[in-house]
Amino acid sequence: MISGVRKLGAQGIEAVWRAGAMARFFWLVLLHSGTSFRRFSLTIREIYFSGVMSLVIIMVSGLFVGMVLGLQGFETLQKYGAEETMGVLVALSLVRELGPVVAALLFASRAGSAVTAEIGLMKATEQLKAMDMMAIDPVARVVAPRFWAGVISMPLLAALFSAMGIFGGYIVAVTVVGIDPGVFWANMQAAVDFRYDVLSGVIKSIAFGVAIATIATFEGFDADPTAEGVSRATTRTVVKSALTVLVIDLILTAFMIRGL
Amino acid sequence: MRSTSSSTESTASPDNFVEINNVDFAFGKRKILKGISLSVPKGRVVAIMGGSGCGKTTLLRLIGGQLKPSSGAVRVDNQVVADLDREALYALRRKMGMLFQFGALFTDMSVFDNIAFQLREHTDLPEDMIRDLVLMKLDAVGLRGASKLYPAELSGGMARRVALARAVALDPELVMYDEPFAGLDPISLAAVGQTIRRLNDALGATSIVVTHDIVESLQIVDYLYFVADGRIVGQGTPDEIRASTEPFIKQFVHAELDGPVPFHYPASNYEDDLELSPPKAAGVAG
Repeated sequence: MISGVRKLGAQGIEAVWRAGAMARFFWLVLLHSGTSFRRFSLTIREIYFSGVMSLVIIMVSGLFVGMVLGLQGFETLQKYGAEETMGVLVALSLVRELGPVVAALLFASRAGSAVTAEIGLMKATEQLKAMDMMAIDPVARVVAPRFWAGVISMPLLAALFSAMGIFGGYIVAVTVVGIDPGVFWANMQAAVDFRYDVLSGVIKSIAFGVAIATIATFEGFDADPTAEGVSRATTRTVVKSALTVLVIDLILTAFMIRGL
Repeated sequence: MRSTSSSTESTASPDNFVEINNVDFAFGKRKILKGISLSVPKGRVVAIMGGSGCGKTTLLRLIGGQLKPSSGAVRVDNQVVADLDREALYALRRKMGMLFQFGALFTDMSVFDNIAFQLREHTDLPEDMIRDLVLMKLDAVGLRGASKLYPAELSGGMARRVALARAVALDPELVMYDEPFAGLDPISLAAVGQTIRRLNDALGATSIVVTHDIVESLQIVDYLYFVADGRIVGQGTPDEIRASTEPFIKQFVHAELDGPVPFHYPASNYEDDLELSPPKAAGVAG
């Protein structure tokens, strides 16, 4: 009993300690971000690895999520004779919620884990230490470009996810259900508000990008320099990113929702 | 050969590039270094020798400022390393080159880019000049032809030589080698050893070689320190070391199985462990 409480306490202290360490790390990355922008080619290279290499999974997933939304939406909307508003349902679901959230979860699994593993392995093979001994700050040279690449890539990927989803919904609505394309687009255009719907999705995806990039780089930098340590850090990145994204989503949605 | 006690009396001298005075270091409660003092004169190749886990690599990390001593002072180029702020420490590190035990080559870069890395980061040299400098460094270690290969395509000896070329890329004043001979075949070992000596003399640098390879060290270094259990237990020139009768050095130089460094890790009685002892009288046991 006592040992159980003691273990729980130790885990609590460890969790608080890691949260504090991550906050300090976040500020350190911001302080050392100059190089990422002065030598933007470093960040571009990481955008390629994190963003461009995630394009396939994001676009294919977006397309399928949009198509499923269309089919599920049709089933419900036809009960009320409101099939023409399928475009609205698909677009609002995607730009406000599903686009940023699902894209963020996929991004954390595809790119976040890769960033953690890469930085962790660089640590395990003393590459970061070697860089530090060469008077080159590893936070500025290795971490910051990967952090900013995540922050920049995430909203772009979320936008692409939503665009592909809307296209998937369009395919279902027009080719399967037989809704007039003009009606599909016109209803969507009339119902989707740029400021309240699109912009709120963009803000969410930026917040998710900051969270995932911070978690992925921190876990890599803080990993035990062993094969097992890197493996554990990679798992932590995916789990923590997923939970953090969902918590941030709830908080931001509560602030953004109208009429509450 | 100098006695061990005299080593603790070294004072700051402009002729020494590195001076370690009465340094203690501990990881938590575990003491790694206990009152170590040594000096490395400018232009010399000095070996720090000792068995695995005796604190040799810790010494290098103290010199490089990656660790701070619990007490005592580490001076490099007449600056106390632990007192330097980050900017000053980085300025000092630009005068240093370090060969890591496992090379620590950047795996996502070719051999060429590994050597060019510091030149690109620390200088504004045009790319064609960087190319010439990199090829010169690679030629010095005999690997000009391997410039396009990636670290994963190199043998252990080649990787060590690339790391060596990278350590001297900026013509440092101090080069530190952490176990440069570990795991090398005799040909690669001789090549690395000769290259260390040649580069030191050509660059006019000062070198510290941390190793447990006595045969190679005796051929290339000017002076040796022996570390055991966190203390300096002997020192001298290669000739003095060869002639030494001090038990630890004798055991080390002649690779004797038993001596001051026991072959056996402390353990209980061997016969008891194998349960070969005669059974105890009834009533005593249990």
